Amino acid sequence: MKVHVLGGGPAGLYASLLLKQGHPAWEIALHERNPEGATYGWGVVFSDRTLTELREADPMTYREITDAFVLWDAIDIHVKDQLIRCEGHTFAGIARRHLLDILQRRCAALGVGLHFDTAIADPDALRHDADLLIAADGVNSMTRHQHADALRPQTEQGKTRFIWFGTDKVYDAFTFIFKESQYGLFQVHAYPFDATMGTFIVECTEETWQRAGLTETDEAASVAFCEALFVDHLAGRHLYSNRSHWLKFLTLKNARWSHENIVLLGDAAHTAHFSIGSGTKLAMEDAIALATACEQYSDLPTALRVYGLGRKPRVEAIQRAAAESQRYFEHVSRYRHFAPLPFAFNLLTRSGRITYDSLRQRDPYFIGDVERWFQTAARAANSDGYAAQPLVSPPAVFTPLRLRDMTLSNRLAFAPVRDYDAADGLPATRQRERLIAQAHGGAGLVLTEPLAVSAEGRITPGDAGIYRSEHVETWSRIIAEIHGASPAKIALQLNHAGRRGSTRPRSAGVDKPLRDGNWPLLSASAIPYSPANQTPKAMDCADMERIRGAFVAAAKHGAQAGFDLLHLNMANGYLLASFLSPLTNRRADEYGGAPENRLRFPLAVFDAVRAVWPADKPLAVALSATDWAKGGTELADAVIIARSLKEHGCDLIAVHAGQTTIGGQPVYDFEAFAGYSDVIRNEAGIPTLATTYTTTTGQANTLLAAGRADLCLFNPPLW
Amino acid sequence: MEVGVGLPNTLKGATGDLLRTWACTADRGPFRSLGVFDRLVYDSYDALATLAVAAGLTTRIRLATTVMIGPIQNDALLAKAAATVDALSNGRLTLGLALGARKDDYDAAGVAYHSRGRRLSEQLAALRSQWEDERIGPRPAQPGGPELLVGGLNDSAYARAARYADGYIHGGGPPRAFAAAADKARTAWSDAGRPGQPRLWAMGYYALGADEAEAGTRYLLDYYAFTGPFAERIAAGLLITPQAIVQFIRGYAEAGCDHLVLFPTTAHLDQLNRLAEVLG
Repeated sequence: MKVHVLGGGPAGLYASLLLKQGHPAWEIALHERNPEGATYGWGVVFSDRTLTELREADPMTYREITDAFVLWDAIDIHVKDQLIRCEGHTFAGIARRHLLDILQRRCAALGVGLHFDTAIADPDALRHDADLLIAADGVNSMTRHQHADALRPQTEQGKTRFIWFGTDKVYDAFTFIFKESQYGLFQVHAYPFDATMGTFIVECTEETWQRAGLTETDEAASVAFCEALFVDHLAGRHLYSNRSHWLKFLTLKNARWSHENIVLLGDAAHTAHFSIGSGTKLAMEDAIALATACEQYSDLPTALRVYGLGRKPRVEAIQRAAAESQRYFEHVSRYRHFAPLPFAFNLLTRSGRITYDSLRQRDPYFIGDVERWFQTAARAANSDGYAAQPLVSPPAVFTPLRLRDMTLSNRLAFAPVRDYDAADGLPATRQRERLIAQAHGGAGLVLTEPLAVSAEGRITPGDAGIYRSEHVETWSRIIAEIHGASPAKIALQLNHAGRRGSTRPRSAGVDKPLRDGNWPLLSASAIPYSPANQTPKAMDCADMERIRGAFVAAAKHGAQAGFDLLHLNMANGYLLASFLSPLTNRRADEYGGAPENRLRFPLAVFDAVRAVWPADKPLAVALSATDWAKGGTELADAVIIARSLKEHGCDLIAVHAGQTTIGGQPVYDFEAFAGYSDVIRNEAGIPTLATTYTTTTGQANTLLAAGRADLCLFNPPLW
Repeated sequence: MEVGVGLPNTLKGATGDLLRTWACTADRGPFRSLGVFDRLVYDSYDALATLAVAAGLTTRIRLATTVMIGPIQNDALLAKAAATVDALSNGRLTLGLALGARKDDYDAAGVAYHSRGRRLSEQLAALRSQWEDERIGPRPAQPGGPELLVGGLNDSAYARAARYADGYIHGGGPPRAFAAAADKARTAWSDAGRPGQPRLWAMGYYALGADEAEAGTRYLLDYYAFTGPFAERIAAGLLITPQAIVQFIRGYAEAGCDHLVLFPTTAHLDQLNRLAEVLG
């Protein structure tokens, strides 16, 4: 068996030595274009799990590597001149130069042919000379370029600029530094790799980079700029460049990792943003996976397939987390206004891999600090009159939230359960029982089903409403029962169905028109919700006047009944939502076209409702963060709408998504929904209710403490 | 959680005699459903026709397509065939529909592959409408028509299940994969304003007995050959011991599954009896 290995980095070297060790008879030749001893880059970081794998794969190099390791278990976050430290994370670092030395010596001892200073112009020629060609030739792999049709590489460029330095500053922690400058925010990712040196990566947005005049700087000037910027932190220590340039991170994926007798390893196969781990760790894990597959299957094509099959999903999971982390750093200035502790918590939980619960295990004191901070902030916002700081605090989810004069005892809003059993808009007994059970069951907030502002505003004839005096009486009895026996508050969800009205109860499907007794529908434009639905009338001024009046009357009824919070529905394709989305609003008058025109009618309704809703009670709006459809509302549009609503006195945005049209590509992903809430909360500066359908309090704690939401819709699967 | 068993309608060597005996035996055993697969370009029996035969031989057990490739069927004819099986079985049909993942099935049926998602949505709406249409009989025995499930792993599948169907059917894998899908199905359901909870179905593969595991693995590698390397992962999930089956059932029950169908991978009647013993 003859094997050619392209590239003398950790992937190529480690794969060579593992294969040679397992199959001494194989002829293995490694080709590296750089001279022996040349290396670029500084240090390499490994986690616990990688170390275990290295030990099992080759105990000899493992011992040498671990002898050279520096170990640490803290993450330091410098922000706003404060240092937040979180412990309990195990890391190990080594100089890249040192690691390569160890691997090269072992390769040579085992009898791998090492050919330095050997540039291979045509890898394809090489593969015809061998049974196997291992392409470990880096992110710009020539082999991959030659076989791009079969391997189908995809790249995506990051939005930030970063530069890689070494430093003689000694670190005892993985260190993040967030530094405000006259040009914008810079962040540093730094970590030790041996007893005297560390890696020091500086990153900023493209705009900041340009403002700082770094577009034309050479290596020396970049060093000087960064040394000056971080002079306080470096305290006399220096930065060192080694082919250091301001780059944009390139994320690489390949549809296939092998083709005929070629297999991709390390950076040639994949890259993942540096903020989450090192490419070296992934590269060496690849080498282990390939060697294991070759040991298990003597048939080469099967071994290569098994390698890709086992390794690819694991790398893709890391790439997903890396992408989340990368997005965080691209938009980190969104969290500039955070106090240092929540800033640190948000940073640590950015990729979804570390949670409130896992941090509590790693560093209970850190979580204790976060909880005390959370309660301190809530107390300040709630102005509850405590003079002293809390010494002990409940988890974030059980910290009260105050909106105007309403205080919720915890941050869980229980998801409504629907049954469509109302008669003439009067809620069925089951609804009453459900709300009371949720209130007694520990909800901070319970939500009614969407209550119609008028009979014509109902989605189905089985919907409850709040447009007759009997409705007010019934609701005031239910509310009295809830308030009498629990601290839970109750929100009135106020809705007009618009073009989704006049349908059958949703027991056998959604948006099915009534068999008979249909009533006429209204919407922003005369476009039916689905081909089966009735075409609505495009509302004229008189319709708008009437509908606004219905909302006002319903809000008054709600106040009279004693609801604690009014929750106005502008989401999911109902009447008010139909004005907001360009997909459903094709009007040519002042209520259509530009975004501010599309917002005009919903905002007028909001203002009218705010005017009659008691000033001491909060008013919330349910808003679609995205239509999930081409040409529809996107997150950036939703932020603008949320800002306007805030200016008009809105206290809370319930962040929904989709259902604007029946088309669209839905995403039922916890992190995605959390992201919508995060962006709206922190860019529009308004409290949010995240509709992630959280099923555990742990998930809710992570969202709340990270500042991605203020309230969570809670929906444990088994009531 | 209810547990059902698959009919070997896609297994090599499954004779008419075997399928009929299988159905009768299962009906008397601890099983709550008989499931069938659907594939056009494969040596297999038609899903609904097989269930129609089973309907005539059984009285108690549910009859389920888990799943049928919806878009390659004509909507009106499928609605009529499903209504017929439901009527003739006294309301025992569960119709699970999905896109299927094989282009060759679409090509053989002469149906465009690229628009299959939209086709399935339209079909789901059309089925319900026809089952309510007084002009087109037979009237399904279940009010509103057979229990309707949607399968698929794309997020659109959860939205389709919530919009048009009675629940979601998962395509297989370890219990934690099902649990993640079930969370999404419930979220979509709640988001769509549906009352109650979605019905959640799932399935698994088993082969019990000394020589069966290898044959079962061969079948799965062949049946899923079109998925490329993924076939090996599916085959690796084959349940080959009573302990593995018990653990699998428990994992699914804990994840909130309502109905789990276990499929044989070799066409031997003893597979049915062995599974019955495990279920007790």
